[in-house]
Amino acid sequence: MFEIRRVLTHVEDIFHEFGPAPAQPLKRGAIAAVMTNPFAGRYEAKIEHAMEALKPIGFDMAQRLLAAMAVPHASIESYGKGAIVGARGELEHGALWHVPGGYAMRELLEKNGVPTNAIVPSTKKVGAPSTSLDVPLTHVNASYVRSHFDAIEVRVPGAPAADELVYILVMSTGQRVHARVGGLAKEAIVGKDGLR
Amino acid sequence: MAIKLRKLVVQVDETRIEMGQAVEPPARRAVAIAVIDNPYAGRYEAKLDALIEAGEELGALLGNKCVEALGIEPGEAQSYGKAAIVGEAGELEHAAAILHPKLGAPLRIAVEKGAALVPSAKKMGTLGTAIDVPLGHKDAAFVRSHFDAIEARVSDAPRANEIVVAVAVTASGRPLPRIGGLQVSEIKGEDGLR
Repeated sequence: MFEIRRVLTHVEDIFHEFGPAPAQPLKRGAIAAVMTNPFAGRYEAKIEHAMEALKPIGFDMAQRLLAAMAVPHASIESYGKGAIVGARGELEHGALWHVPGGYAMRELLEKNGVPTNAIVPSTKKVGAPSTSLDVPLTHVNASYVRSHFDAIEVRVPGAPAADELVYILVMSTGQRVHARVGGLAKEAIVGKDGLR
Repeated sequence: MAIKLRKLVVQVDETRIEMGQAVEPPARRAVAIAVIDNPYAGRYEAKLDALIEAGEELGALLGNKCVEALGIEPGEAQSYGKAAIVGEAGELEHAAAILHPKLGAPLRIAVEKGAALVPSAKKMGTLGTAIDVPLGHKDAAFVRSHFDAIEARVSDAPRANEIVVAVAVTASGRPLPRIGGLQVSEIKGEDGLR
């Protein structure tokens, strides 16, 4: 149903941003899979069944992203997801990614002992080839952890074509590099409701 | 390290299907990008030695990052290229100082051999400026299937006093090369051209 045409992985180490460099640089990663949009060019009333077909794709992308970041599961502290829909598709096609994209990362982390009670934040848009998307990042177990509110720009040069979709997963190993605006700290997480 | 590194970005771009045709094996290209302080920002300096040294360091760092990200042996690297974007408080010659005198030697160690010239591009730019890094076969510049380019871009760089330096390495040529010319199988690899 979804034919993957291209996969882009992006990993960045942030050493500092003019402030005192942490002992370990912050590592953030993104994976973007460019695939055919099975619903391009027409209105389809029923599209929900496509989410099932995206599940194995999501799980594979989550694993590839972690491999590209080359860190253990336990190092992942925040996550996010996004979708860019090519011009012959509609925003709702991007929404198909919510369940399979989010649960793919949660399953991978949970299986390996990382509690992920928090919602996976997301953005989506319809865009031309090379459109960039700011994908939000928040803590995997407590959405209100202020030090981990962040976003990473993701862009695939040349994609999506009009009849394509770009589905995106992102992960990070920690807080903003010089986080210092207070709020809930990760040490104070209760870990029950996914919020605090 | 002598360079002041703020950020390091590594991307791998894998094309599995192009124009509906399967690409077997997939075309795989990596680009590694460093965001560094420009020690000469805001003034004219006759000698650019610090950036020349930075180029040597970056050739090894970024070349190795690409090869590592592709998951290949150094000898399996096929094409390469380099580029730099200088923030507005610098000058174009700063890019030249990084790219041309010393970056190539350690890059050639990272990809094993590399008889061919490393194709390059440079420009002045601001945060989020993209640069197309040219790609050519590492042992024979005339291999037509490997003429290509890959975009490098860092959303928050270069700031005015920074330089973005990119090195690209591939494990293949273009996805569906079919315009003739010198083939990989015909490389002599002696003069860097054929």
